[in-house]
Amino acid sequence: MNVPEDLLYTKSHEWIRREGENIRVGITDHAQAELTDVVFVELPKVGASVEAKAPVAVVESVKAASDIYAPVKGTVVEANNALTNNPALINSDPFGEGWLFALKLDNADDLKNLQSAAAYKDQIEA
Amino acid sequence: MVPFGGWLMPVQYTSIVDEHQTVRNAVGMFDISHMGQFIVSGNGARDWLNAMLTNNVAKLDVGQGQYTFLLNDNGGVIDDLILYRIGEAEFLLVVNASKIEEDFAWLERHLNEGSSPCQLKNRSADFGGVAIQGPRVVDLFHDLLGQNVELPARNHVIDFVIEEMPVSIARTGYTGEDGVEVFFRTSDAARFWNLVLERGAQFGTKPCGLGARDTLRLEMCYPLNGSDLSADRNPIEAGLGFFVDLKKPNFTGREKLLKAKTNGARERLIAFKMNGKGPPPRPHYSLFSGGNRVGEISSGTLSPSLNIGIGMGYVSAASAKIGTPLEVEIRGQKFPATIEKKPLYKKQS
Repeated sequence: MNVPEDLLYTKSHEWIRREGENIRVGITDHAQAELTDVVFVELPKVGASVEAKAPVAVVESVKAASDIYAPVKGTVVEANNALTNNPALINSDPFGEGWLFALKLDNADDLKNLQSAAAYKDQIEA
Repeated sequence: MVPFGGWLMPVQYTSIVDEHQTVRNAVGMFDISHMGQFIVSGNGARDWLNAMLTNNVAKLDVGQGQYTFLLNDNGGVIDDLILYRIGEAEFLLVVNASKIEEDFAWLERHLNEGSSPCQLKNRSADFGGVAIQGPRVVDLFHDLLGQNVELPARNHVIDFVIEEMPVSIARTGYTGEDGVEVFFRTSDAARFWNLVLERGAQFGTKPCGLGARDTLRLEMCYPLNGSDLSADRNPIEAGLGFFVDLKKPNFTGREKLLKAKTNGARERLIAFKMNGKGPPPRPHYSLFSGGNRVGEISSGTLSPSLNIGIGMGYVSAASAKIGTPLEVEIRGQKFPATIEKKPLYKKQS
């Protein structure tokens, strides 16, 4: 299972890429493999303020609907509208074209609450 | 893996969509070892079963099976099952895994109500089973049994021996494709499974999980007990009156079903398709018609064959006509759908 070293992770299987004042968020390779066949994505509205661990998006596979959580507090600055027509990008490229949304960080210190690639790897291999 | 009827079962081996297409286009194999098997035998077996079940047991020749219901005194569904006549006075009941104990307890409690004696045995632990389904199933079985050996006709069951394993092959299924359900000794289960995968590879045979089993059966509008059927729904409401013989003089639930038939059911199980792309419909979402809540979804998914959301649900009889526009409420938003004729999927011939 692919777990890129340069990303941060949540226990709920989101990945986080730091981009200056912003973070980009998606779901991990492990999560997409568990869900399989993503058929619908509901994205957060740009401009919305979100709390850490609040459900902000929904990823639906044939199997089930799964909530996606904001990793930290912030404001939505981008949503990946390409997923509306092609939700399967989450399966084919979870860490790239399958990203879900970008947040402007409220407080960069909040990122300390997230886990490293090594810790996430331990979590999914446990 | 998910818990299912007391068993741990795979939802998928590769992906639900991939396994679904395998069954529609080649051959898929499902482990159905979790299902229960009861044997009823004795001179009184036929008449007693005819009083316990809704379909007409007297219509069965030896080697033939029928879909039927076990009802409670209110006409509600305890279980839906397949009954096979496997001897002059011997019957096999194949029941849902989650209902084995309940079905058996119910039948045992009523066993002495027949006019002639019969025996009831729960043989669920003795048999494993697989459903092998898809357009190439005949090719696969010609390879396993020999080119000149014919599979049983639809709804019939025949005993064979394959590589020294005694098996019962029934021409039935839950997918809408040609197919069989095969039962064998528990001790042969792993060997039979591996043999089918090995010999079936040339016909594209793959293992399939509960996820594809659900999308396949829902495209055909086959009910799932516990979702589309329950103890407070009767087969008339569910649109399955075809499997109830009201002409039989007596069977459990008959009076209630006659009433339901005469007065008309209050609610009906309808099938629907979403009008456009959107989130897939799921169980318990509310259904609206003309702005009023008229019922809720009992089964829903994205149809891999039709690539659109489909489902079934109980709605008030006044809103149950084919062609009626519905709205499905999903996370506070309403999405348009239309009541369709069953089945939702028809094989292109």
